[in-house]
Amino acid sequence: MFMSGSASLYEKRKGVYPKAVDGFYRRLKWAIMAVTLTIYWGTPWLRWDRGPYAPDQAVLVDLAHRRFYMFSIEIWPQEFYYVAGLLIMAGIGLFLVTSAVGRAWCGYACPQTVWTDLYQHVERFVDGDRNAQLRLAKAPWGAAKIARRLFKWSVWLGIAFVTGGAWIFYFADAPTLQREFWSGTAAWQAYATTFVLTATTFVLGGFMREQVCIYMCPWPRIQTAMLDEKSLIVTYKHWRGETRGSLKKAQAHPGAFGDCVDCNQCVAVCPTGIDIREGPQIGCITCALCIDACDKVMAQVGRPRGLIDYCTQDDAEAEQKGAAPRPVLKTLLRPRTIAYFAVWAGIGAAMLFALGARERLEISAQQDRNPIFVRLSDGAIRNAYTVKLRNMQARPRPMEVGLTGLPGGRMWTDAGLRETAATTVRTTVPADSVAKLRIFLTLPSRGPARQDFRFTVRAIDREGGSASEPARFERP
Amino acid sequence: MADDKRIDPATGTEIKHHEWDGIQELDTPLPRWWLWTFYATILFAIGYMIAYPAIPMIDRATGGMLGWSSRGALDKELAARERQIAPIRRAIAETPVTALPGRPELMQQAVEGGRAAFRVHCVQCHGSGAAGSRGYPNLNDDDWLWGGDLATIEKTITAGVRNPDHDATRQSLMPAFGKDQLLTAAQVDDVVAHVRAISGQDRPSAASRRGDKVFADNCAVCHGPAGKGNRELGAPNLTDAIWLYGGDAGTIHETVWNSRHGVMPRWDDKLDKATIRMLAAYVHSLGGGEAAPPAGAGAGR
Repeated sequence: MFMSGSASLYEKRKGVYPKAVDGFYRRLKWAIMAVTLTIYWGTPWLRWDRGPYAPDQAVLVDLAHRRFYMFSIEIWPQEFYYVAGLLIMAGIGLFLVTSAVGRAWCGYACPQTVWTDLYQHVERFVDGDRNAQLRLAKAPWGAAKIARRLFKWSVWLGIAFVTGGAWIFYFADAPTLQREFWSGTAAWQAYATTFVLTATTFVLGGFMREQVCIYMCPWPRIQTAMLDEKSLIVTYKHWRGETRGSLKKAQAHPGAFGDCVDCNQCVAVCPTGIDIREGPQIGCITCALCIDACDKVMAQVGRPRGLIDYCTQDDAEAEQKGAAPRPVLKTLLRPRTIAYFAVWAGIGAAMLFALGARERLEISAQQDRNPIFVRLSDGAIRNAYTVKLRNMQARPRPMEVGLTGLPGGRMWTDAGLRETAATTVRTTVPADSVAKLRIFLTLPSRGPARQDFRFTVRAIDREGGSASEPARFERP
Repeated sequence: MADDKRIDPATGTEIKHHEWDGIQELDTPLPRWWLWTFYATILFAIGYMIAYPAIPMIDRATGGMLGWSSRGALDKELAARERQIAPIRRAIAETPVTALPGRPELMQQAVEGGRAAFRVHCVQCHGSGAAGSRGYPNLNDDDWLWGGDLATIEKTITAGVRNPDHDATRQSLMPAFGKDQLLTAAQVDDVVAHVRAISGQDRPSAASRRGDKVFADNCAVCHGPAGKGNRELGAPNLTDAIWLYGGDAGTIHETVWNSRHGVMPRWDDKLDKATIRMLAAYVHSLGGGEAAPPAGAGAGR
């Protein structure tokens, strides 16, 4: 059996030329685009004074030194659970948003949506609106078309470049990196990252667009599973709109047609090229631009707005049976969204509490295992430990290491000799770093085979603070 | 066949003929760009197979046009590492060992380099933790046959102990007092009792008092009148708690009767100057290292 042609197996992308539209949701999208892009491009340039021993960039992922700075918070690698907590909050935040307002993330805040939107505005600026774009797409390749295409692609490429280029500033001091970038002295990773992100932005925003949402992104599938009958989705109120008919037909046959004048504006403005009147579908990112388009037409023909509107499936059913439309706010408050919010806020509060209470001074001690003990010539037994002092403050701190529960213990570091042995060891830990001390500890040979004690550390500056760590002394 | 084609009313897409528990599958077409991506990966794979080792043959894989190999990559990494540490090795070789403590960073690098070299060259006798074993000194403690400051340790490593082909080798020759009949069996018993007494393991006895005299006549010339040893001669301190071969009466008897002549190879013909210096720094750092003795100081403690 032969296949009837590859057309049935593989589908050519259908061109999408969304029409410009104005309205409440369009303006909301403008505002969100302005805010998200400002955050993305502006954040690395914010400064935050941390004193002479730490970088002054407000948000910095310092991979080289393994530090994450976010305004007044500094996170060390062993505190990475804060970042994990943030990611969990982001995840639950998405659940919350999805259960409350459906695919609002997709429609408004997803980078793919924001940049595609930006690219489409460029496209309209260069090629004109939908109809001009359609004409140009059909036109044969000539000097004018090539010139327009080159111009459009170079503007896209410019946006892609500043998009990809901005990313690297989150990982190094932005002003320095920018100078290095242009003088060709930045790390090759900076150029490679910029190149890759420029290329992906250009391709995903300029050419792939809705294909990313429909075929590549896992999130629509997950959301499909999370949406329920009480989630807001963009709904064509077919009970009100059908049977479709032009204004002329409707006037000729009063009562035979619904509110939909079949003007096709909802299809023309859709950035993913779907017809919302076919019902809920995976291609709908709920950007609500069709609501704006339809509201405008309804106003022109003197019919009430909201033929296409945000509406839950349950409300749609109730409305079909004659109930009045329910205000959007009322649909937001329900047990599921409240539960998500409670979990989300609970994690946030717990993290804030943990951040506020965390100790900025830590000690850890590791006993030498090979050999466990050494007999000295006077018969005393020596154990050795690697003691690490973590000073998480952005200034050097003098510290004193001591012993509790080990009377008679004398210690010294490998920087000194046994003659300097004392009950404490003092050192200054540099700013924002770990001091590694090798501590030799002696006790007389007579005593239990194992003696548990604690290493303590005390900051001997005005701020003070202390920490301790269990350890063990062993004899033959 | 064409007439039993069923179309899904909602999507307009053909429904496949199979069915599981009432669940049917739509024959939704893949996007064409996906097909191009698939072809591109095939092309990439062909290119990769030409450029890199790919197809397994009987005893090796095809070489690939770029000549890449994992061994070659490793060699490159090792060479890069060598280049990186070459200036450190040079600096260590050019800095006298006694000057190392004055340069803490270089000292630290020397200790770490020595730690690595120790694992290759020294652990066979001294153990991985340098704790030694019977007859092989523990390098962690504060008891040194020849001295525990940096320069002395370096000299011992360089020349070895009782090494026949090195002029400056550490050399000490304790006679086999019993075997060579320099002392009678009774005298050996007495001197063993004396050593047990001065090391605080036994109370003084009649035998140890007799041994005192034997010790003074035969042993004190190297071990010192009080038995505290002499590092110039490599004679161990007999009064401390550390015994290279064992401090019980039987072992001390065996030592006096047969003598002990432990050996260590010279390392200056196997290792370069920097490595020996790093080994000295590492051994010194283990906890028993001593400060350099003041100039002109004689016998050990």
